[in-house]
Amino acid sequence: MMLPAYYVTLAGYIGLATIVALGLVLLTGIAGQTSFGQASFAGLAAYATALLPGTPPPLALLAGLVLTGSVAWLLGLITARLSGHFLALCSVAWGISFSALFGTLPWLHGFNGIGGIRPLTLGPLSAADPLVTVAVIWAAVALSWLALRNLLDSRPGRAIRTLAAARDMAESMGIDTVRLSRATFVLAALAAALSGFLFAHFQRFISPTPFSLTASIEYLFMVIIGGAAHLPGALLGAVLVTLLREELTDWIPRLTGATGNFEAVAFSLVVIVLLQRAPGGLFAVLRARLPAAGAPVRAAAAAPAHAAAPPPAAGPAPPALVVAGISKRFGGLAANQDVSFTVGAAEIVALIGPNGAGKSTLFDIISGQLRADLGEVRLFGHPVGRLPARHIAARGLARTFQHVKLLPGMSVGGNIALGAHLAGRCGVLRAMLRADRAEERRLHALAAAAATRVGLADLLGRPAGTLALGQQRLVEIARALCLAPRLLLLDEPAAGLRHQEKQALAALLRQLRAEGVAVLLVEHDMGFVMDLADRVVVMEFGRRIAEGVPAAVQADPAVLEAYLGGAP
Amino acid sequence: MTGTPLLAVEGLHAGYGRVSVLHGVSLSVAAGRIVAIVGPNGAGKTTLMGAVMGLLPRRGTVHFAGAEAGATEDLVAAGAVLVPETRALFTDMSVADNLLLGAWTRRRAGRSDRDAALGEVFALFPRLGERRHQRAATLSGGERQMLALGRALMARPRLLLLDEPSLGLAPRIVADIFRVLARLRAQGLAILLVEQNARAALAVADHAYVLELGTVVLHGEAAALAADARVAATYLGTGAPA
Amino acid sequence: MTPFVFLALLQDGLATGAIYLLLAVGLLIAFSVTRVIFVPQGDLLALATLTAAQLESGQVPGTLWVLDALAALALLLDLARLRGRMRWRALLPWALYPAAVTLAALFGPRAAPWFAKLLALGVITPLGPLIWRFAFRPVADAPVLTLLILATALHFVVAGVGMVAFGPDGASVAPLVAATLLLGPFAVSGQSLAILLCCAALVLALRFFFAATLTGRALRAAASDRLGARLVGIDAAGSGSRAFALAAFIAALSGILIGAATPIAYDAGFEIGLKGFVAAIIGGLASYPAAAAGAVLVGVLESLGSFWSSAYRDVIVFALLIPVLAWLSWRSRGAGGA
Repeated sequence: MMLPAYYVTLAGYIGLATIVALGLVLLTGIAGQTSFGQASFAGLAAYATALLPGTPPPLALLAGLVLTGSVAWLLGLITARLSGHFLALCSVAWGISFSALFGTLPWLHGFNGIGGIRPLTLGPLSAADPLVTVAVIWAAVALSWLALRNLLDSRPGRAIRTLAAARDMAESMGIDTVRLSRATFVLAALAAALSGFLFAHFQRFISPTPFSLTASIEYLFMVIIGGAAHLPGALLGAVLVTLLREELTDWIPRLTGATGNFEAVAFSLVVIVLLQRAPGGLFAVLRARLPAAGAPVRAAAAAPAHAAAPPPAAGPAPPALVVAGISKRFGGLAANQDVSFTVGAAEIVALIGPNGAGKSTLFDIISGQLRADLGEVRLFGHPVGRLPARHIAARGLARTFQHVKLLPGMSVGGNIALGAHLAGRCGVLRAMLRADRAEERRLHALAAAAATRVGLADLLGRPAGTLALGQQRLVEIARALCLAPRLLLLDEPAAGLRHQEKQALAALLRQLRAEGVAVLLVEHDMGFVMDLADRVVVMEFGRRIAEGVPAAVQADPAVLEAYLGGAP
Repeated sequence: MTGTPLLAVEGLHAGYGRVSVLHGVSLSVAAGRIVAIVGPNGAGKTTLMGAVMGLLPRRGTVHFAGAEAGATEDLVAAGAVLVPETRALFTDMSVADNLLLGAWTRRRAGRSDRDAALGEVFALFPRLGERRHQRAATLSGGERQMLALGRALMARPRLLLLDEPSLGLAPRIVADIFRVLARLRAQGLAILLVEQNARAALAVADHAYVLELGTVVLHGEAAALAADARVAATYLGTGAPA
Repeated sequence: MTPFVFLALLQDGLATGAIYLLLAVGLLIAFSVTRVIFVPQGDLLALATLTAAQLESGQVPGTLWVLDALAALALLLDLARLRGRMRWRALLPWALYPAAVTLAALFGPRAAPWFAKLLALGVITPLGPLIWRFAFRPVADAPVLTLLILATALHFVVAGVGMVAFGPDGASVAPLVAATLLLGPFAVSGQSLAILLCCAALVLALRFFFAATLTGRALRAAASDRLGARLVGIDAAGSGSRAFALAAFIAALSGILIGAATPIAYDAGFEIGLKGFVAAIIGGLASYPAAAAGAVLVGVLESLGSFWSSAYRDVIVFALLIPVLAWLSWRSRGAGGA
């Protein structure tokens, strides 16, 4: 028995699996895209280095990364807009296609594989010692881990966390979700490629089997077992699955007398039970058992005065918003019919009307989530009806949502900082290299300042999902303020707020108006609306039925009719 | 109201996830009566209907016909049928198939029972009879509401729960629907009616509850509430501060 | 390629395409009602072939005991859960049905090809509802991707059952029709015709079931509007169970049909099932006619592909997905706007 060598080898395999699994945590656990094709990405890089025998390893690695990255980028181009299960099934397709190609292309030597791959060397260290390669593998694990940890705690990392469930919201914060999800996909593929390159030099022999669909599925199982939403889950899953496989391949044949892929059956049963009982994986189970290590609250850095919206230019400023003849139909239902009104610069306008009057549709059209069938929307004098939401956000419009759209597991500060996305420039690479700290401090200062304005400065470190509904609405408003908007769209901002909170909100909105920000709000609390608004627009059946100062609207018989109904 | 009410709700709390919407609502509906729940948007009216029907997790007690209310399917079989705000029609199926499925809980009662129920629905809504072979997706808003009501009636319910039957409908059609509700009541059906259109609801109802921010702020005879200025105040904020 | 070779390949391709069509239909039924992408369908197909083959050879297949054990477990759990309020009507099938099938297998003329095939259908079909009962019902409201991963895990479990019950060797069943029809110089295999006929009969039967029976309509209702179905009292768990029964029946039937042409081993089903997926995806997981066209296309392409290069056969079939998905993606770009 060569125990030490055995353990060294095992450590190598665990490290290799951890690297792929780390990429999957990013892709599946955090960005919500399932891939059944990671092993084939590892295979691309492994074959690349095997076919370049004379090349120095760093260059071969580069070649593998470039090849895998390009293939992933092309696949991402095709699949980035597909919904979840289509993407997953598509990955099955390329997983099978690639491994079939590995097995059939004559210059890849089929299932005979390619042998004689040189082990990695580190300067004078012996090439024959597997410990050297294992050390390199674990250095790669550490670097990937660090890079991904840095990424997740950064401007692009926050944006990646919106991909799983809040893409609409992200777009209205100015985030290009399609590009970002493609980048995430490529990153996960690159992690797999790194692992594949190291695998080739560790094993010194490659064949199609470790890059098959089954291998891809096993990586996915590792992540599910370990805990898909957190980086430690990748390590936990890789350790458990690798060790268990070693044990099971030893024991099962002795117990059953049969040979076969019984490890996979065992992992599958574990996966099924976990998905039913503990969908967060073992890491979530462990973390719930351990005493909480008191999440450090990022102290709100002394917030530099956040430059408010630029004051309206001298001369006749264009109105903040012009809605002209907007119509929108859904099938047989006319949600908006020829709706027109304006919101002046530094004016608060309330949009009211009974349920189903078409207010939310109009909000979605103004902010670019929906496109009108007819009519025009002008923002500060420029037509924006054809622009996607993120471009409209860049032009100074920020919004909140009727059904609060926060990332419940992310801190209040992180959620608010999503609104500051357009105030930063750091991309994925700089974030992974931690070269984004100055900008991060600035974004967090912006977030802290916005939180202070809405009265949430004390709650920056709390997970947003633990707040009361009213406070969650305030988080949305703070997030919108981070965009330094010149027009603020608020959808039922006062719902769920207590009386004093409502008064504080009204005071904040008045102050914003004084700073030159225009506000358009949908709200059902009429006391709140009538006190606050300069003008009120009333809608019913998709049409504008009244407009004027609050007192006039309250006295309008048509409005009373709309709300209370005509006496039958 | 005397005797055991058909529907009795006590101290009902419900919401979505961590967000609680209803804060201890109690109400009752006697057999053969129309009870209206009115109140502005966001008061929790739809949540109340979902919680009563077992579509949402809830705390508090709900009794229907003297027994503790269980799963949605069991409540439907016991004779409490909800017509939701969204109508929830089977849009890619025909009008006739939608109605047929309304009688799912009575599928063992035999064909003649079903045909009789179908006849009654067509008598109530002749338009549905004319369009029985059309796909539900092709119906107009008013016809969809008729189909949703008709589908609910196919189960021969004892209590009909209607969520915003007037939503998005033109006034003339709303008046038609409310005339039908009055006829159903005359046949002995109890109705729990959630409505934003307070005047129409109060005109047809016997008893009413005013819901605001998840609690009952007023209740009483519908006729008395119709004359009460406080009801209008909850909608338009013209009275006391909200 | 001579015209005769082409016609022979086309005939093969059509028969295989018909099998893929059946599998695609099963997948669509399960997905539209439960949102589960039923990955282990192909493994059930293999189990059906192997079960029928073992019965034909006079043995009692291990899958029968799996059925009995799972049904007994389901019965015990339901009894424990219901305790006070017994609902015998709901429980009875889980007691009577496996007993009947077991008796038939033990004492019936199991080696008779027709009886073996019927019995295999009878053994494999209830595994569908049992899989639903144990794997999916507890998490019926989970996201589609969670259900997909669960279904993928089940593929290994079902294949593992096949491995234990039947070992690694493949087996085939007696063809339904052994004769070959000669049309001039061109031979038409009777089994191919039988496959096409069975496929057509099943599609017609399903049409009747979904259009004219109350149970079929209830399944469509559950797929059309979940809330609406609950509100008319159609119990969601029951719909899921029925959908899985249909999918499993279709898989079993496919296994009995395809198993006469090719020997099937326990691990051969997965790939066959995947080709059914390709067909279903071409149908956008929604449209039955498009899935049918996709299935025939896959079958014919595969058949022609294997003539040119059997090695690249699978690459050709799965690579076919890429343009389809690109088109789906492009279409959603046009419709999605933002």
